[in-house]
Amino acid sequence: MAERPPVNDWSSDFDHTDPRWVNDPYPIWDELRKKCPIAHTDRFNGVYFPSRHDDVRAVAYDPEHFSSRRVVVRETALPPVATPPITSDPPEHAPARRLLLPAFSPNAIKRLEPRTRQICAELIDRVVGRGECDAAIDYAQHIPVRVIAYMLGIPEEDGDQFRAWIHMSLEQGITDYEKAMQALGEISAYFRKEIGRRGDRRGDDLISFLLDAELDGRPLTEAHLLGTLRLLLVAGIDTTWSAIGASLWHLAQHPDDRTRLAADPALIPTAVEEFLRAYSPVTMAREVVKETDINGCPFKPGQMVFLSFPSANRDPAVFVDPDKVLIDRAENRHSAFGLGIHRCLGSNLARLELRVALEEWMRRIPDFSLRDPGAVTWSQGTVRGPRRLPVRFPLR
Amino acid sequence: MSAPLRVHIDRDRCQGHNRCFALAPELFEVDEYGYAKEIGDGFVPPGLEGKARLAVANCPEHAVTIVSTDS
Repeated sequence: MAERPPVNDWSSDFDHTDPRWVNDPYPIWDELRKKCPIAHTDRFNGVYFPSRHDDVRAVAYDPEHFSSRRVVVRETALPPVATPPITSDPPEHAPARRLLLPAFSPNAIKRLEPRTRQICAELIDRVVGRGECDAAIDYAQHIPVRVIAYMLGIPEEDGDQFRAWIHMSLEQGITDYEKAMQALGEISAYFRKEIGRRGDRRGDDLISFLLDAELDGRPLTEAHLLGTLRLLLVAGIDTTWSAIGASLWHLAQHPDDRTRLAADPALIPTAVEEFLRAYSPVTMAREVVKETDINGCPFKPGQMVFLSFPSANRDPAVFVDPDKVLIDRAENRHSAFGLGIHRCLGSNLARLELRVALEEWMRRIPDFSLRDPGAVTWSQGTVRGPRRLPVRFPLR
Repeated sequence: MSAPLRVHIDRDRCQGHNRCFALAPELFEVDEYGYAKEIGDGFVPPGLEGKARLAVANCPEHAVTIVSTDS
């Protein structure tokens, strides 16, 4: 990747790929919330960064001025290739979303718990006798890949390929147009092959479901079908992997929290919400399509806006002691899964995976610590989470 | 004794985060799309007031409210 000019002023020239932002964005956002709550940069062809909860919410609730047709900030915009419903605006948004909601409802997702637990247990079986592992590489990254592969009815063994495509699209692809386009083409080709392989046969999987689904009484167009499949593959993997990894990163450094969760697993669901708040992985984006202003700040059409749910979730106007991670925080109105009509479709699935991943890990490896804090690396861009997380633990 | 509490979900605000359903399944139910509503007329049985307040305090969309039944 080409060297980028250093940032001297976060409020007027921020760069979300700057290593300081990638490694520890929270002090930067705290400063912005106090001094310049809606920051702007000319980089990436112009992007706004509202850091306060209320302003993030105002953007999320206003699809008329802030379109979802582009949801990733890139150096060079991709051609308009839809991945409905995440890239849909009203009125197309609601029917495209309604189609998928039943498959991700709490009651549908509950059925995936045994398989999720089995996946976690198998991954732990492989490392528990070693006394050390990489909690991101050996554990967290595999869980959502296998679960979504199971749901889509595609081979879990293709997981390495899926993760490579996500890296190309959402990380390298921020500044490398060719890589992003290559990933887009390869994922589409992969699903065309999967669809062809099914022929007229149908199974109890999401690809089969979408092949028979109808919108307005007609089958989905190939563009809609492939777009939705690309979304389902890409959206649920590095996001949940990041949330699991960040939770384990926290626990590795906080013995009191570890002891408490190991002794009282019933507290894990509450802790999960706090990890989601404090280490929210996903920053979405919108494109300004009509001039408007929020809090006196004008938003110019054609520019992008970050929807930083991670920063909103650290806003002291909404959360008491926002920088403290309190695993028993009872009142937690966080927006890690977004706000408004684009609330993460997979939030019930993500919560299930995160809870089960922590339950299984804490049951088998209740005591663990970072092997080398300096070796931990974080992903950049839309999704933030640990990509290397070496830990050690006593053999039992 | 104080009047019983009633919970209410504003269906226009609910986006299906399911926090209320997770925290207080005795008081809320979800439809096949994952949108929540209060069970029955929303009256909170004695002993569940704490759960009702938690559901309010954890809804990201401010869709859950406690309605006074005093009047």
